[in-house]
Amino acid sequence: MASIILLSVLGIANLFLGFLRSNRMLLPAAMVILLIVFGANVYDWNAPAQSYFNKMLTIDRFSVAFTGIVVLTTLLLLPFSQKYVRDNEANLAEYYSLLLFSLVGAIMMVSYDNMLMLFVGIEILSISMYVVAGSDKRNVRSNEAALKYFLMGSFATGILLFGIALVYGATGAFQLSEIGTAVTNPANDSLRPMLYIGILLMLIGIGFKVSAAPFHYWTPDVYEGTPTFFAAFMSTVVKTAGFAAFLKLLVQAFPAAQDFWIPTIVAMCALTLLIGNVGAVAQQSVKRMLAYSSISHAGYLLIGLVAFNGQLSGLSANGIFFYSLAYSIATVAAFGVLKLVHDQRQREDYDGLNGLARTNPLLAFVMTIAMLSLAGIPLTGGFFGKFFLFGAAVDKGYIGLVVFAVVMSMVGIYYYLRPIIAMYMKPADDDVATPIAVGSFQSAVLFVLALLTVALGVLPGLVSGIL
Amino acid sequence: MLTALLLFFPLAAALLLHFVKGKAGRVFAFGAALLEFLVAVYAAITFNASNTGQLEVNLPWIASAGISFHIGMDGLSLLLVLLTTFLVPLILLASFRHDYKNESAFYALVLFMQTGLIGVFTSMDAFLFYFFWEVALIPIYFLAGIWGGERRVAVTFKFFLYTIIGSLFMLAGFVYLYYQTGPAANGLAAHTSDLQAFYNLSLTAAEQSWLFWLIFIAFAVKMPIFPFHTWQPDTYTEAPAPATMLLSGIMLKMGIYGCLRWLLPITPLGVSQWGWLIMILAVIGIIYGAIIAIRQRDMKRLIAYSSLSHVGLMAAGVFSLTQMGLQGAVVQMLAHGVNVVGMFFIADIIQRRTNTRLIPELGGLTQTTPLLSVSFLVVLLATVALPLTSGFVGEFLLLAGVFQYNNWLGAVAGITIILGAVYLLRMFQRVMLGPATAFTAAFRDLNGAELAVLVPLIVMIFWIGLFPNTFLQMSEPSVIRILSLMQR
Repeated sequence: MASIILLSVLGIANLFLGFLRSNRMLLPAAMVILLIVFGANVYDWNAPAQSYFNKMLTIDRFSVAFTGIVVLTTLLLLPFSQKYVRDNEANLAEYYSLLLFSLVGAIMMVSYDNMLMLFVGIEILSISMYVVAGSDKRNVRSNEAALKYFLMGSFATGILLFGIALVYGATGAFQLSEIGTAVTNPANDSLRPMLYIGILLMLIGIGFKVSAAPFHYWTPDVYEGTPTFFAAFMSTVVKTAGFAAFLKLLVQAFPAAQDFWIPTIVAMCALTLLIGNVGAVAQQSVKRMLAYSSISHAGYLLIGLVAFNGQLSGLSANGIFFYSLAYSIATVAAFGVLKLVHDQRQREDYDGLNGLARTNPLLAFVMTIAMLSLAGIPLTGGFFGKFFLFGAAVDKGYIGLVVFAVVMSMVGIYYYLRPIIAMYMKPADDDVATPIAVGSFQSAVLFVLALLTVALGVLPGLVSGIL
Repeated sequence: MLTALLLFFPLAAALLLHFVKGKAGRVFAFGAALLEFLVAVYAAITFNASNTGQLEVNLPWIASAGISFHIGMDGLSLLLVLLTTFLVPLILLASFRHDYKNESAFYALVLFMQTGLIGVFTSMDAFLFYFFWEVALIPIYFLAGIWGGERRVAVTFKFFLYTIIGSLFMLAGFVYLYYQTGPAANGLAAHTSDLQAFYNLSLTAAEQSWLFWLIFIAFAVKMPIFPFHTWQPDTYTEAPAPATMLLSGIMLKMGIYGCLRWLLPITPLGVSQWGWLIMILAVIGIIYGAIIAIRQRDMKRLIAYSSLSHVGLMAAGVFSLTQMGLQGAVVQMLAHGVNVVGMFFIADIIQRRTNTRLIPELGGLTQTTPLLSVSFLVVLLATVALPLTSGFVGEFLLLAGVFQYNNWLGAVAGITIILGAVYLLRMFQRVMLGPATAFTAAFRDLNGAELAVLVPLIVMIFWIGLFPNTFLQMSEPSVIRILSLMQR
């Protein structure tokens, strides 16, 4: 709870820094705020679970763990905003504050107990994202991204809301636990079709937010147009919060309806894996590849939902937690390097990375670790992420789905290797041979990202069973 | 603890190498590899040959999932660790003759790979084994991909995809086996991935039938067994000489070792169901590799195909399921490691001096190069399996094993000795004898550094050839144990 209050209050304080025209203070201030929030979150970890606002929110270990991921991700991502800061001096403070506020939304999404809070959380997060997607105001692509994301997002929100309404109609409750009991009540059996339609619409609404197929169409275009820094935020924080919300909803409200929604999610999962991975193969731009890869990772995370065990702990929840963490860190690293390269080489295709190992060994190394992690190759966190999720699904008997996912991750290896090949095995073109200037702070953060990824890959036991 | 030291020392050296600049890096890397060899020799001296794992380290790794960091060595592991630690310093020494760009990184990757290889040979936990299996792949991919020949990018890409896809099948098999096991020893997890727990499983014949293929494909790609070999000649040819030596000298043995340690004891019924097919594939590989080798004009490619032929024979020995065949495979792993590294090293020497490795462009080297000629001949005859050399013991035992399995297969596999003599002696004749060509006119004999690589190899060739018992007695208890595990 402290994290929500701190983020809101300090976010406003951060906004005032803008009035004081102290732009140089914004980044350090935002990072200090996030450090404070992270510290408060660690404190919450050891406190007993507690409900707030008439049981609207519950802060328990589950919500604290996922809050930890989103805060940590943002903290590690912020240093890459620097170039962005210089280019948009006019309304900087707003963007930083929007990020902090959107985290409030994300935290609500991982700790809600009531459908209303879920909706408010999603909206806080989404509206911030609509704005930042268009923050590169003079760029047509950025405008396109914002408009597309906004229009599609609004539809999805509407569908989600409709779903909530139908579920309310079928169960007479907004509170997750009450919905859970109402679903099992035989007196409501005649309302089952309404409930199922409601659940389906909610799946669609959240599926859109986490870019699961077939609701993924916005992802590549929006990522491409959105400034890289914010695209990284979208593909990590939004997805992590979305999946935590997804899991919480299914575990607390609809465990009794699992015969209905598990097959639906299995189908979504297979489709998402197929579209994400096959789509990524065809891309020529690294950023679009990462967009498709983020779709494919939504597919892997859906496997965690398929391995549903009716609890916010155990194999399924731990698998989703570990995967989200490993994925977020690797994605921040990949987008961070990509952003630095893009800022100075003005290119986002694979050839833009050519010869990076010669000019910037650190960038190439970090990108390699990130790619290996996303591909799920041992020694990196991504391997154990996949391992835990696939293991959880095998434990529940979904062997066919896991085999398909393994085949799809073989496809993934193909496109994740391409940046590595470009960086290490192709000579730089003449015009891009100059080293990329990287600040020492950014270098340190990149190194930390690589280190965290390897640490998750070598000592996964540190966080693997904490829920 | 000694095993853990062997495992992590190269890794630590590789990391430290980052801080060593310039030429000092070579000395540092070589010194570390030599020290590692001495530690391995010390381990071998204190070792007593019995069938149980020794020098074990067993720590919880992912306690909540019952996965432990369990390493240890029996005779079989120890022999392969010895082979690895013996060859790596020589491979490093051999690569000093090249001026590789960014050479500290090059040596660091070689040492990093050594950690992966030793990890594979000492792991006693399925997921740890898989982990190191991939850890060994990553450095060799970069070694071959960055410092290789012109077509390196496409070739190493194919190699990487091939091997990693193969090993994902193995992982799938391990995951299935993992869920068949009982609770872990620590009581925290419902399952365990310990090797012994996998040995204790009682699987139905139907399960073993498909598990056999899942696990075997990873090993078959690594060895490689016909028809999974298509990555091999290109990769051996395009990779820089030290990487080729690592691939053929040590990495290839990961596949054979994997069959011995994991495949045979875990899926004995699968082996008895499909063994005949593997035998036939292996024998096809033997003949196929040898016949294609005869036609090669490129020395490196010729050696690559000869290696394919030899590994086929080793696989056939393993799947003959006789003690002689298995013992032959073990000793031949050592012998082939030594021989093939020698062959690739000599090919590299000749290429460096003449800028060509095409056999028709070479000739007339014997007059000016007594040392090279003698070394080459010794290594070559060891590869042909002449008695008193290392190749003979292994091939004899292997063929005897295959004959016990089936006379006809044994007879066909036996042709390899004749074919081997044909392509190798022809190569020697055309490269070393005859009139000198424009490429070979100003050829110098071996220098001290090159001798420092070749002399230990030649000593080993004769050691294995004359006193094979040194090694056979070390591996015998392990081999007997593997065969008895198959009788469950």
